[in-house]
Amino acid sequence: MLRATLKSLLSRKLRLLLSGLAVVLAVMFVSGAFVLSDTLGRTFDSLFTNAYDNTDIQVQAKPKVDVDGDGQGAVPANIESTVVGKVAAVPGVAKATGLVLAEGARVVGHNGKVVGGASPSPRFGVNWAGEDELMSLREGRGPRTSGEVAINAGLAKTGDLTVGEQVGVLTLEAKKTFTVVGIFGYTGGRDSVGGEQTVAFTEPVAQQLMLGATGVYNVIDVKVTDERDLTKVRDALRTQLGAAYQVDTGEDLAKKQADNLKQVLSFITYILLGFAGVALLVGVFLILNTFSIIVAQRTRELALLRAMGASRGQMIGSVMVEATVIGVVSWLVGLALGVGIGWLGGFLVAKLSGDLEVASLGVPPAAWIVSFVVGVGVTILAALLPAFQASRVPPVAAMRQANTADRPLTRLTVAGAVLLLAGSGSLVYGLSGKAGGNTIWWVVGGVFVDFIAVALLTPLLGQPVVSLLGRLFSWSVPGKLGRLNSGRNPRRTAITAAAMMISIALVTGISTIFSSVDESIGKVLDKQIQADLIIAGQQTSAIPPSIDPAALRQVRAMPAVDAVAAEAYDAVLVDGKQRFVGAFDDQAAASRVLRLKATNGRVDRLGAGELLIDESTAKDRKWKAGDTVAAQLSRGEPRQFRITGVFANSGGGGGMIMSWQDATTGFRTATATQAFVKLRPGADATSAKRDIDMVLKDSPEVNVSTRSEWIGNQLKIFTFALFMVQVLLFVAMLIAILGIINTLVLSVLERTRELGMLRAIGLRRGRTMWMITVESVVISLFGALLGITVGAGLGAAVVRALKDKGITELSLPWGLMATYVIGGAVVGVVAAIIPAIRAARLNVLNAIAYE
Amino acid sequence: MTATLPTAVDIAARAVDVWKVYGSGEAQVIALHGVSVELQRGQFTAIMGPSGSGKSTLMHCLAGLDTVTRGEVYVGDARVTGLSDRALTDLRRDKVGFIFQQFNLLPTLTAEENILLPLAIAGRKPDRDWFDTVIDTVGLRDRLKHRPTQLSGGQQQRVACARALVARPEVIFADEPTGNLDSRSGAEVLSFLRNSVRDFGQTIVMVTHDPNAASYADRVIFLADGRVVDELRDPSAEAVLDRLKRLDVTAAQLADGAVDGAV
Repeated sequence: MLRATLKSLLSRKLRLLLSGLAVVLAVMFVSGAFVLSDTLGRTFDSLFTNAYDNTDIQVQAKPKVDVDGDGQGAVPANIESTVVGKVAAVPGVAKATGLVLAEGARVVGHNGKVVGGASPSPRFGVNWAGEDELMSLREGRGPRTSGEVAINAGLAKTGDLTVGEQVGVLTLEAKKTFTVVGIFGYTGGRDSVGGEQTVAFTEPVAQQLMLGATGVYNVIDVKVTDERDLTKVRDALRTQLGAAYQVDTGEDLAKKQADNLKQVLSFITYILLGFAGVALLVGVFLILNTFSIIVAQRTRELALLRAMGASRGQMIGSVMVEATVIGVVSWLVGLALGVGIGWLGGFLVAKLSGDLEVASLGVPPAAWIVSFVVGVGVTILAALLPAFQASRVPPVAAMRQANTADRPLTRLTVAGAVLLLAGSGSLVYGLSGKAGGNTIWWVVGGVFVDFIAVALLTPLLGQPVVSLLGRLFSWSVPGKLGRLNSGRNPRRTAITAAAMMISIALVTGISTIFSSVDESIGKVLDKQIQADLIIAGQQTSAIPPSIDPAALRQVRAMPAVDAVAAEAYDAVLVDGKQRFVGAFDDQAAASRVLRLKATNGRVDRLGAGELLIDESTAKDRKWKAGDTVAAQLSRGEPRQFRITGVFANSGGGGGMIMSWQDATTGFRTATATQAFVKLRPGADATSAKRDIDMVLKDSPEVNVSTRSEWIGNQLKIFTFALFMVQVLLFVAMLIAILGIINTLVLSVLERTRELGMLRAIGLRRGRTMWMITVESVVISLFGALLGITVGAGLGAAVVRALKDKGITELSLPWGLMATYVIGGAVVGVVAAIIPAIRAARLNVLNAIAYE
Repeated sequence: MTATLPTAVDIAARAVDVWKVYGSGEAQVIALHGVSVELQRGQFTAIMGPSGSGKSTLMHCLAGLDTVTRGEVYVGDARVTGLSDRALTDLRRDKVGFIFQQFNLLPTLTAEENILLPLAIAGRKPDRDWFDTVIDTVGLRDRLKHRPTQLSGGQQQRVACARALVARPEVIFADEPTGNLDSRSGAEVLSFLRNSVRDFGQTIVMVTHDPNAASYADRVIFLADGRVVDELRDPSAEAVLDRLKRLDVTAAQLADGAVDGAV
C-alpha cells in the first residue's frame, strides 16, 4: 500500500511541486521571521554589551514627563552637579563622573543637509572628558574652547569632515558653527558603535546645547572599587538617591537598550509573519484543491484498490502519507529559504544602520518547531477532506465511466450561509465595542469565518457569475468553449477562485480601511489648516527639527507675508495625563492664521501660567475657562495653570496651547518646530515659497510646503502601508496562480480526448490556447470580482464601526480595485500559459485514443 | 476549382507509396510498407485487416492526422505531405470530416451546437437547407437541444455523423464508427452512411474489422502487415469474412516468410 502511494506520488511531480510551493512560501516567511529576530536580537545584545563594556554603574534622573514609568522614549531629567558629589560619597564608589550624553546633536554636512539623513542611528552630543578605555583620539586633540568640537571617526567618514573644518551643529538651539579639532575612534579600531554619530563639546557648551542649562549633567558614570560589589553598590546608590533617580549596572543598561531596539525592529517580524499568514490561508485552498484533484483523478485507481480489498482506513492513509511527504519536503525547503531570508534581512538592517556587525546566523528552536507545525500540520489538515473523499469512492466506480455527476451544492450552501451569519455576528459584536479587550479577536475571527463562509458559497455564486463573465468572451468559438468549460465543475472552479478571492479580499479590505482613514484625516486637516504655507520638517533624532529664529524674523519681514505662527511642542503631564502641548511665539498671529474660534474665554492672547484647550478636551475633562489644572513640564517643578479660553476644534497645539514664556522655561526646547504662514491677499504662493526656501538654508531639517503638499506629507505613512499591502497581495496572487495552473492542467488532462477531437476537426493550436486562456481568465476574474466585493464589504463594515473614532469618511479605493480586477485577468492569462501550451502540443492521435 | 483537374474529379484522397516507420534499429516497426491507394469520389470505401495490419495508421495518414515517413498523400487536389501543423489543421477543418469510435462530442454543447461546431470553428455560415436535410436524414430533429449525456449511444453517433456531414467535406473518415454500438444502432448508422454516399455523393472511408459493417461499403480494401493485399467490390458480409479468413493464413505465411526477405 505504501509503495503504491509513493509510486503515485512520484508520478505527479509537477502538481506536487506546485502545491508544495505554497507551503514552502509560508514556512519560508515564518522561519525567516524567527531567524531574523533571533539574529538581530543577538546582534544588538552584543552591540550594547560592547558599548557598556566599560561601564560599571550609571545614574540617570527619571524623566519628569513619563507616562509608562519605564523611562523609555522619554527624555531623562537633568542632574544637578551637586549630586555627583553625593554619589561619589557612597561606599564602594571609586569615582563618579558627571557626563552630558544626550541624543540630538545633528551635524550639518557639506550639502547643507543633516549628515546621515533620515538614518535612525543615534546622534549624540557629549561633553569632552578626555580619552578613556573605550575611546581614543585618532587625529588632533579634544575641544578646549567653546567654539571647538571633536567628532567620532564614523561621523567624520559619513560627512567627509576633516580636522580644522568648520561645521554647523543643530542642538536644542538653532544652528551654531564649530571648528573640528579632533577625530576619535573606539577600541578594536571601530569608527562608531553601531553606526552612532557623536559630537564632543566642551562641558559648558555641551550642557547648554544638549541639556538646556549650565551646571547640570544627565548621566553620572560610576566606577566601583571592587567589581564584585557591583550590585551591592547599585542597591546602595538606589537607596541613597531615592525614587527620582535610575541606577543601573552596565549589564542592565545593555539589556534594556537592546530590548528597546528589538521592540522597534519587531515590526519586520510582524510583516514577515503577516506574509506567512496570507500564504498559509491561500495555501490551504491550494493544497485542498490539489488533493481533491488527485483523488478525483485517481477515482478509478482507488476504486480498483477498494475492489481488491483495501480498507477505507488504508485509502485515507494513502492520501495522508502523500500529504505528509509533501509537507515535510516543503517544510525543509521552506526552512532553508527562511534561513536565507533571515540572513538577508539581518544583513540589510546592518547595512542600513551603519557598520553594525551582524551576529552569526542561528536557527532558534522556535523556528524549527513553529515552521514544522505550520508546514506539515497545515498540509495534513488541508488533505484530510480529500482523504475522506478518497475513502468514499465506491468499488463499483472502477467499472463505471469515471464521469461521476457532481453532488448537489445544498449542504455546502447551507453550511456557508450558517457560517456567514456566525462570522458576521461575531464581526458586528466585535465592532460594536462591547467586547472590550477582546475586540480584535471578535473582529479577526469574524473576518476569518466570513472568508470561509464565502469560500463555501463560492460554488453557488460561481454558476451564474462565471456564465455571465464568460459571455465577455463568447464572440469566438474557442472563447465560448472556454466559458462552457469553466462552468463544468463548479466545485473545482470555486475552490480555485477562492484562493484568488481571499487574497484580493484581504488587500481590498485593508486598502478600504486605509483609504477611508486617509480620506478622513485629509478632510480634517484640510478643514483645520488654514495657512497658505507651512514650514515643517522630519524628526531625525531625539530633538525635533528646529527653525532658526533669525530665519523666522526674515520670513515675517517679507512683503508677501501677512502673519506667521511659529510653534514649539513638547510632552507635558497635564493633570497626570501625558499629552502634547503646543506654544506659539505670537498667539495673536496664531489665532488669526489658524482661525482659532473661541467658544469660551479668549484665544487671541495668552500669558504665563495660562492655558488654552480645545472643545473636545474641554468636553472630555469637563473643564471650562477659569478652571485651574496642574501640569508638569519637561523642566522645572509642577505648576498650576489657569484655563483662559476654549477654542473650537482645529489644528495646532494638539488640543492644548501654552504661552511662549512657559514654553521657554519649561519645554525641552523652545525652538519653533513648525510654522504656519498666512500670505497677504493676492500674494503669489509660489514665489513666496521660493523666497522662504532661500531664507531657510540654515535650518536644514525643515522646508516649506504649500498647504496641499503638507497634507499630502502627513498622509505619507498610509501610502507606505498601502505599498506593503500590495506586496502582500503579490505573494498571495503568486499562490493563487499556482492554484489556477493546477486546476487547468487537470482540466486539460481530463479533456484530452475532447481536445484531440477539436484539433482533429480543425481547431488551430493558437485557438486551442485561447480556449484554455479564456477558461483561466474567467476563473481568476470571478475570484477577483468576488474578492473586491467581499473585501470592500468587510472593509466598509470596519470603517463604519470606527465612525466615532473619527473615521467619518468611507472611501472605496476604486482605482486599486480596478487594478486588482485587471490584475486578476493578468493572473488568469499567466496561469494559462503552461496548460495552454500543453493543450496545444497534444498529439492528436494519442489524444483521440486516450482513455 | 476541383473540377478542372481530371485526377481530382474521380479521386477524393490518395496515398502514393506511403511508408510509415516507428522507432529505429532493433525496435523498428514498419506500419505501412509502401501503400498506394486511390479512394474514389462518391464511394463508400472500407479498409479492413487484422489488428496491427496498419489500417488505422493508413487512415490517420490519409486524414492528415499523422505524418508519413516516405511517400505522398493527397486529399482532393491538395498535397497533404509536408504541410505545417497549421495548414494541416486548416485542411482537416475544410476538407475532412471525422467520425470516431468514441463519438467524441463536447458535453458542454447541445446536439445542434456539436453538429455545427466544425462550421463554427471555420467561421462558416451553415447552409440551412443542407443542415435540415442532414438532420432529417439522421432523424435528430427532436433531439437538437439535448446534450450528449441525454442521448443514447446510437443517437450520439448519429450526431457525430451529422457533424461530419454538415460541412460537406471532401472525404469523411470513420474509425470503427460502430465499435461502441449495439447491432441495431450500428446498422442504423451504417445505412445512414451508405445513404449519404448514394444520395448526396459524399465520399466516406471507414476503418473496421467487422465484416458485417464492411458489407455496407462499395469497396473493401484489405491490409495485412502494412501492405494492401486484396480488394473487393460490392461485397457481401460472407465474401468479406471469407477473404479475411484467407488473409489470416496469408498473413501468417508472410510473417514466416519475412525472415528470408520474401515478398
